[in-house]
Amino acid sequence: MNVAVPQEGRTSGSAEAASVIEVRNLVKAFYDASGDRITLAATDVNFTVRRGEFVCIVGPSGCGKTTVLRILAGLEQLLSGEVRIDSMTQPAMVFQEASVFPWLTVSQNVAFPLSLKGVSAQKQRERVAELLALTGLTEFADAHPHQLSGGMKQRVSVARALVDDRDILLMDEPFGALDEQTRLTLQQELLRIWERTGKTVVFITHSVDEALTLADRVLVMSPRPGTMVADLSVPFERPRDVVEMRRDKRFWDLTYEVWRLLAAAPEH
Amino acid sequence: MTTAHPSLSPDEIERLKAPARRERIYRIFSYFSPLLLLLLWEVAAQVALIDRRFFPPPSAIAGTAWQMIASLELFDHIGATLRRVWVGYAMGAIPGVLLGLILGLSAPARRVLGPIFAALYPVPKIAILPLILLIFGVGDASKFVVIAIGVFFLMFYNTLGGVMQIPQIYLDVARNAGATKFQTFRRVALPSALPSIFTGLKLAAGSSFIIIAAAEFLGARSGVGFFIWASWQTFAVSRMFVGIVVISAMGYLTILALEALERHLVPWAKH
Repeated sequence: MNVAVPQEGRTSGSAEAASVIEVRNLVKAFYDASGDRITLAATDVNFTVRRGEFVCIVGPSGCGKTTVLRILAGLEQLLSGEVRIDSMTQPAMVFQEASVFPWLTVSQNVAFPLSLKGVSAQKQRERVAELLALTGLTEFADAHPHQLSGGMKQRVSVARALVDDRDILLMDEPFGALDEQTRLTLQQELLRIWERTGKTVVFITHSVDEALTLADRVLVMSPRPGTMVADLSVPFERPRDVVEMRRDKRFWDLTYEVWRLLAAAPEH
Repeated sequence: MTTAHPSLSPDEIERLKAPARRERIYRIFSYFSPLLLLLLWEVAAQVALIDRRFFPPPSAIAGTAWQMIASLELFDHIGATLRRVWVGYAMGAIPGVLLGLILGLSAPARRVLGPIFAALYPVPKIAILPLILLIFGVGDASKFVVIAIGVFFLMFYNTLGGVMQIPQIYLDVARNAGATKFQTFRRVALPSALPSIFTGLKLAAGSSFIIIAAAEFLGARSGVGFFIWASWQTFAVSRMFVGIVVISAMGYLTILALEALERHLVPWAKH
């Protein structure tokens, strides 16, 4: 289902139109051996993401959206269906909770993916400095994570996911645990970074507000077992101002639209 | 000591600082409180409240210690004991940590090999000392082995526990970043388990000195344990006490050194 919303701002050229992620009839279930119980996490999930697109997936908690993302990240196996990712590199993931390593400094955390690949120390330093500047962490380069606030830690996670320059960025409610002001700041910065790097982003959130703030397209999932119930285009022009866009009536119309879909989605 | 603050009166500042000052005083007392015990002992021995044959006054023990230090007699024993403990400790700790990491990360290895270690762990190390003496002789090799066995199990179980507690998300990060199995092992599992490994190292240091004392009682011609045993045989109680204090101090200083190393290597953990 594609709810018709006039597309403005970024128009997709023919080169951009190529889908970089394609998910077909994906089914994922978990088996609990001790209770001999099968939990269906997601059924018949279908969606595509175009190159350079920013897509948000919203859905109630437990609807399997994180599971879908983990499958895209290669951290989980699908049960049946098909996932096609048109990229030379594995998608990079930004996790929900604090995932920075407490035993490494900020710059060592950011350098982690590079250090695994045997990139020279000089190259690592240069690249890390770039990312720290991009994420506003330069002055915390030598700090340990326990000295940082939650927002700063998530900046480190974002910098780490960007450092080895993979095509696709997967974000699993990265700002979910932050207070509203910090979240707004980080959303604005993420948009700035995305506009500069041109990554393809799939962003999971349970916040309708966050999805509309960030995305080109919002995919709405039903409660468990999750499936896609809507695919909405978000019409706001780029670059966006996360505060100013709240004055736009279309923002609230869309908010209402998504909430209506979430409320109407059948309980399984 | 006065700190001025524009919006607080001297009295308010005084009340603000009082708890910290009390804390400092308690800490100073805490350094000296063990000395109080020594003082009590000294007085009790001098006035014959306790039997001087069993509990010679600390001043007499200190005198004996001084003679032994002056004659350098004690240092050979300390050297022998330390060498045995260090070699045995390394022989036990290294495989203990490695196997703890491997079994912690690999569920199949844990299922298959775990019960073997669980079955061997409860065997008292001192109980198998005669067997070890039989196999490895009365030389240093048997001391190395008995300490290594004791240290191995403590390190193995503490490392295993540390690895089992690694948040799944760290392993996910490593996997998503493209880490190989060995890189996950070396770059994530090992540092993540380091606080538990240090707990194991400290416990193992303590029990190494217990084991070495017993091992040197039975089959040795040198070492602090042998020295205590030899002093007992000649009923030289002051010398026995010197030996007890020396071996306790060796254990204590080893643990202090490990704690300093821990603060250096595990700065993120709470101390």
